[in-house]
Amino acid sequence: MSIALAIGVASTLCARAAGATGSEAEQLRAELAATRAAFETRIAALEARLGAIETPPTKGEPVRSEQLDTIESRLQQVEIVANQPPQTSANAFNPQMSVILAGTWANLDENPDDYMLGGFVPAGGEGGPGERGFSLGETELTLSASIDPLFYGQVTFAVDAGDEISAEEALVRTSALPDGFTAQFGRFYSALAYQNAQHAHTWDFSDIPLVYQAMFGGQYKTEGLQLKWLAPLEQFVELGVEFGNGDQFPGQDDGNGVGAYTLFASTGNDIGASASWKGGIAWLGTEAGSRVYAEPDPSRQDVSNPTEFNGDSTTWNTYLVYKWAPNGNGQEHHFTLQGEYFDRHEDGVMLQLNTSRGNGRSSYRGDPSGWYLQGVYQFMPRWRVGLRYDSLDSGTLRLRSLDGVLRDADFPTLATYDPDRTTLMLDYSPTEYSRLRLQYAHDQSAPGATDQQLYLQYLMSLGAHGAHQF
Amino acid sequence: MKHLLSRTWFIGVLAALCMPAQAALNVLSCEAEWAALASEIGGKRLNVSSATTGQQDPHRIEARPSLIARVRNADLLVCTGLDLEAGWLPVLLQQSGNRRIQPGQPGNFVAGNLVPRLELPTQLDRAQGDVHGSGNPHIQLNPHNLVPVGEALATRLGELDPANAEAYRAAYADFRARLEFAMQRWEQQAVALNGVGVIAHHKDMVYLFDWLGMREIGNLEPKPGLEPSSAHLAALLQQLRQDPARMVLHTPYQSERASQWLSAQASIPAVMIPNTVGGTDAATDLFTLFEDIISRLLGGLQ
Ligand SMILES: [Zn+2]
Repeated sequence: MSIALAIGVASTLCARAAGATGSEAEQLRAELAATRAAFETRIAALEARLGAIETPPTKGEPVRSEQLDTIESRLQQVEIVANQPPQTSANAFNPQMSVILAGTWANLDENPDDYMLGGFVPAGGEGGPGERGFSLGETELTLSASIDPLFYGQVTFAVDAGDEISAEEALVRTSALPDGFTAQFGRFYSALAYQNAQHAHTWDFSDIPLVYQAMFGGQYKTEGLQLKWLAPLEQFVELGVEFGNGDQFPGQDDGNGVGAYTLFASTGNDIGASASWKGGIAWLGTEAGSRVYAEPDPSRQDVSNPTEFNGDSTTWNTYLVYKWAPNGNGQEHHFTLQGEYFDRHEDGVMLQLNTSRGNGRSSYRGDPSGWYLQGVYQFMPRWRVGLRYDSLDSGTLRLRSLDGVLRDADFPTLATYDPDRTTLMLDYSPTEYSRLRLQYAHDQSAPGATDQQLYLQYLMSLGAHGAHQF
Repeated sequence: MKHLLSRTWFIGVLAALCMPAQAALNVLSCEAEWAALASEIGGKRLNVSSATTGQQDPHRIEARPSLIARVRNADLLVCTGLDLEAGWLPVLLQQSGNRRIQPGQPGNFVAGNLVPRLELPTQLDRAQGDVHGSGNPHIQLNPHNLVPVGEALATRLGELDPANAEAYRAAYADFRARLEFAMQRWEQQAVALNGVGVIAHHKDMVYLFDWLGMREIGNLEPKPGLEPSSAHLAALLQQLRQDPARMVLHTPYQSERASQWLSAQASIPAVMIPNTVGGTDAATDLFTLFEDIISRLLGGLQ
């Protein structure tokens, strides 16, 4: 706390009086004068060249009349451009709009309705291999603009597989805090992990790594406040904190206060002209109150026992990303290596409304973890190939019945299992606005079933030029 | 004692946070030509660096952590604008936490607005490729454009650093005199290029052609930002039968494969020209840049 206080006080003391800012009118006048000066110089230069051509150079090359014509027509062109009024309209103040059209065709060996991640508490959300056959992917619409000199706003609506439109992100970000501070509030993707903060259409594979599905049921979104600080160093060093509502898995909040805390730190730099890297570490602490999932009843088919967890959940993440392109020019070839590791600890009580032997309570401690490593290489312009390996560890399950009703066998979903998956991808991008992708995965998410998954995906971007994060 | 220690620590943190205020102005340019221009005007009074090099395509840059850190510490950002940096600069601005260089602030200098623009599109449609909505942004290849940009930059530097305002003005006046003298020489040397037809890889040399009176017959890219395709190259070759070009041009960061193909098929030289400072070993500043360009173009005529 004292560090935050010191930094706060220091930044206030540091905040220098902003230099006398010329009014906008003055700035415009200066620009106009500069433009006029530019025309005068250019016209003078063109006139000088006209003169030079009228009196042939000493080399004695005859002047062709076309040369005079070209110069005259170019002079006219310059004058036309000079006389054009500046483009202004009320429309210019409308938000930037960008639309992502995405869709997939999937061929899955196993029925996606029966999908489960063996050994892990079901996270719900957007986990799983998606639908069979044709389906719309994350088709989304983003509107963004500066609200005023102090704030920037952005909202992204997405159509999910269930044909429902939801606000994926709706955030306000400050653009005028001093000394490296940025605050953001609303609904946003948390900075607790590397890929988490990136929109689906910028991913290198058509789906998210398994570990994200296991830990968060997809991407971890939060509603709340994020504050981050970029250190005034030559090396990139960023520290941040988030206060969230804690509604999304692994949390489940019903209180008034803050339901989830995130701390994150990241750093990165260049290695020569061709390579750069970024790494980070983050911690998420949240509380689950009445977090429910349906545990299949091992003794009877088609019956499930509502199972509820109450307790603490903490998650660690660490990641490293390395990018290479010859001389920093990725036109021909570039390569990205990216890996993330997650480790979770949960401590609390499992309550199962077990219909055959009555309700029971067990103390529960879980320590699931998982990681992925992926490499993507552009081997020729427009074509990339990628390989990803996912590996999860359900950890040691420690259940202790508190009333003698429940046994470990009443939690078949949590029976120890280590899922893994290997994914290959090939994509083709005719331009930076369009991409077609072929992906194959060998998925061993659950014991006893190996799913061969084949995807064809398109990703098209319309409208404003989206800038990509590292 | 403990009290004293914590006070020392506090002052240390304060000093570390305030450090950038005492040093010379940090000027970060988006493209190498603006760093060179700032160096001409500010000399040793400024810490000048460029976010990109002459070996990189300014349209396509990774918003790397190192660049975010550099934007964080910049007092003045000098960029072309006109959407040239749309794919990466917004991320850097957003993540830098630096309010001094945000758009509209005195620390944000846009060069593209200060010069007469070519190729203002009458219609905006991505079916036309990656068109730049505010006109062609590759303004640096006409040295006449350095005059208004340099003048405005000298004024801006003087506003940000009033103690040295007179020095910036004087250095600019000196630069302009040297530039105008050099431009006369270059224009005399380049008379032979007047009316010469050429093919360029991307539409990034139109200001150069406009300056020297050269004719752009076509581009290797079928549409701006699209990779050269064999169908388009074949059509281009056909077009050259009617209207022959003297050479095919590309920059250091553009693949020379398509240029080499057309060069062999049409029996015209493929010439690489630096499009900014640092693009070639010879192009070490704005003067040697144009000298190198003209000598390479004249070499292509032989
Ligand atoms: Zn361009």
